[in-house]
Amino acid sequence: MDTFAKEFHRRTRCDSAASRPQFTNCPTMIVMVGLPARGKTYISKKLTRYLNWIGVPTQVFNLGQYRREVVQTYKNYEFFRPDNEEAMKIRRSCATNALKDIANYFTKEQGQVAVFDATNTTRERRGVIISFAKERGYKVFFIESVCDDLEIIEENIMQVKLSSPDYENYDKEEALVDFLKRIDCYKLSYVPLDEEKDRHLSFIKIFNVGSRYLVNHVQDHIQSRIVYYLMNIHVTPRSIYLSRHGESELNLLGRIGGDSGLSSQGLKYAKALAEFIRGQSIKDLKVWSSHMKRTIQTAEALGVPYEQWKALNEIDAGVCEEMMYEEIQATHPEEFALRDQDKYRYRYPKGESYEDLVHRLEPVIMELERQENVLVICHQAVMRCLLAYFLDKSADDLPYLKCPLHTVLKLTPLAYGCKVESFYLNIQAVNTHRDRPPNVNIARKTEEALQTVPEHQ
Amino acid sequence: MRGASRSKNTQDLDKRVCMTNCPTLIVTVGLPARGKTYISKKLTRYLNWIDVPTKEFNVGQYRRECVKIYKSFEFFRPDNEEGLKIRKQCALAALNDVRQFLTDEGGQVAVFDATNTTRERRETIIRFAEQNGFKVFFVESVCEDPDVIAENIVQVKLGSPDYTHCNTEEAVADFMKRIKCYENSYQPLDEELDRDLSFIKIIDVGRRYLVNRVQDHIQSRIVYYLMNIHITPRSIYLCRHGESDLNIKGRIGGDSGLSARGKEFAKALGQFIQSQNIRDLKVWTSQMKRTIQTAEALGVQYEQWKALNEIDAGVCEELMYEEIQQRYPLEFALRDQDKYRYRYPKGESYEDLVQRLEPVIMELERQENVLVICHQAVMRCLLAYFLDKTAEELPYLKCTLHTVLKLTPMAYGCKVESVCLNVDAVNTHRDRPSNVNVHRTAEDALQTVPPHF
Repeated sequence: MDTFAKEFHRRTRCDSAASRPQFTNCPTMIVMVGLPARGKTYISKKLTRYLNWIGVPTQVFNLGQYRREVVQTYKNYEFFRPDNEEAMKIRRSCATNALKDIANYFTKEQGQVAVFDATNTTRERRGVIISFAKERGYKVFFIESVCDDLEIIEENIMQVKLSSPDYENYDKEEALVDFLKRIDCYKLSYVPLDEEKDRHLSFIKIFNVGSRYLVNHVQDHIQSRIVYYLMNIHVTPRSIYLSRHGESELNLLGRIGGDSGLSSQGLKYAKALAEFIRGQSIKDLKVWSSHMKRTIQTAEALGVPYEQWKALNEIDAGVCEEMMYEEIQATHPEEFALRDQDKYRYRYPKGESYEDLVHRLEPVIMELERQENVLVICHQAVMRCLLAYFLDKSADDLPYLKCPLHTVLKLTPLAYGCKVESFYLNIQAVNTHRDRPPNVNIARKTEEALQTVPEHQ
Repeated sequence: MRGASRSKNTQDLDKRVCMTNCPTLIVTVGLPARGKTYISKKLTRYLNWIDVPTKEFNVGQYRRECVKIYKSFEFFRPDNEEGLKIRKQCALAALNDVRQFLTDEGGQVAVFDATNTTRERRETIIRFAEQNGFKVFFVESVCEDPDVIAENIVQVKLGSPDYTHCNTEEAVADFMKRIKCYENSYQPLDEELDRDLSFIKIIDVGRRYLVNRVQDHIQSRIVYYLMNIHITPRSIYLCRHGESDLNIKGRIGGDSGLSARGKEFAKALGQFIQSQNIRDLKVWTSQMKRTIQTAEALGVQYEQWKALNEIDAGVCEELMYEEIQQRYPLEFALRDQDKYRYRYPKGESYEDLVQRLEPVIMELERQENVLVICHQAVMRCLLAYFLDKTAEELPYLKCTLHTVLKLTPMAYGCKVESVCLNVDAVNTHRDRPSNVNVHRTAEDALQTVPPHF
């Protein structure tokens, strides 16, 4: 490699494999355990979203989906009766196919964690999975959700089962009745994980949506992180509000980074934000800002206590701090091009990359999971990272998510995902969003490099 | 506090996540020799390092102050009325001091280290906490492995003031009888009966955990920490990169490569590590050239952590101290006034560094034998964690180039062995000068700057 490419490689890749502490040496299978409507799929999807966001390639393998592909139309709960031999055969073959796909994901697709989302309620089924994993050198970690609170189970069914493809042709009451009978089919043969009999397995047992946990034999770092994450999430309804600071002096000048104060429009926004928040009548709202003037000034206008997080500071643009894009192109044209080639991993000289930002924001995400209603006043790159976590955006999409000034995003967890409502508070502001230009070649012309730069003073 | 981005209006309380609204009382539970004091001290050290003012209150110590000389296990017999009276008084005295610490002295977490094996005693504590507005979190250690218990007794009980006048066999025999005194009345925390309490039950030194009703952020962090620590014997090796080109010039920060002597150190380090015959050694570096080059010379796999990068000196990056004095005399003085909290303009403070290093510490706790090749300020922060140094001492800990520190957990603390690899290097340690006033002369400011080329 010539010296230039070597430098790029070092700066942006940093020996990728070694650039971050190895979370896992061998692939890990996370195996869900529990009766239907115990939140297994909710946990599977959420955990997968989190692991992917922190850079651990993870995928969910939902057995129900395999079954729906084979048995095109769901009739009723009778399919799940333990004495239904025909169905049992189909269900077993689905499990085998899912396991095959998991092996494929690990060996051919560089996956690191596979979440096997199924009831796995018998020791026999779990035994099959354990053997499968052992043969191939995969680690296994069980997540069991145990719940006997009828209210929670019914709420669960209302939120995610009634809208399942299985129940398209049912009305609500019929669906509920059928699903409860479905659960009964599993109950007789359900053997929960046992702290004595299963003491050699690695698992976490979650009781009643997190009021209690039993954690057994955590083997490594990734399992420890998973346990920590699971113990911090909750299902209490709440909303997370994300907003950038009001328009800043440097925004007006088309300059990136820095630590300037709000422009007059920015101050107007801060007041409008205060009104908006009051109008939302949010219970026990927590307000967070970064340590930079512009978010602090915005928070101050709300007239409520707020907490400052250094971790919420804008991405450090290193040598490019306070420059206009035109200046970056003039003084660092190759860097500018390299950034366009891989905006997620590119690290500004003496600065940070989006990838670094995600690592820095992980404790913020963890605390957001613990909290209920929160308003986060932050910055463009930071907001993109947080949004990517909540909306499950890939590393490729993340740096181009639209987070305009003077717009509040209200995120409300719903079913397996997140509802997003966008509120533009009608205060004019510059546009700071620069799309990826068509030409990202190092040898490109200045006009091509600056093609997508938004207007400024 | 001056620093690049600190608003003048916010109070100190706002500068970090408010971990607790009200103080927290951590209450240990368990038979003697179950690691309660080990956990109490370690947890206290960790919480103080992450800036949560914490103190432990060991009832055994109160008892020793009251009953000057320990005679025998008979003191702990459940039918020893006199003994029971004294022990109850000691518990109450300790709780009184807890109240003072949490209410009057700005403490946030108090660790009440005692057996607390009966539901009745725990009820007393819960009532006390309710009256004072403290949250309660129980940490119970349950262990029936005789080997673990025996090792425990050998490591920390034999050296206790209680047994200074006994020989080993006598001490062990007496202590085993002492444990027996508690066994009959021991009521472990129960997932049904105690379902409204917040607690973690640690079973068999971390093989299994039962966690109930975690109430808030600090309890969640405590649970995470407790679930990551272990007692498997191991050593942690800390050293800086080899001497760098910028070191020689007396310049701070930057991302330069190793000097000739630095490269020699890297080789010597390789030889030293080999001679130590360390089992399954993990090697970590930062993402800066000088630590990477040092690790490369070892010829083994290593992992790079951005979190291990040297403190960012912002506008002072790559300057000599003389230049900092020339261009930023005010900043230079402010830093000397409060080196821990001072943040370089557009840079970081030691306080920021500690926050950044927390995941490194957490992973170091999980790991076994590790060699961390890092930087001066970073090494000071890590060392302060292991050796329980205060925020005042931390920025002045001596971490010289070309010297390896071997830390081995021992009893309630850490044994430190310092190995100088005999390769010359500049001194980069700048002591706090006597005059830290912003109006001081340049000479006063530069009084303690180490010599350089």
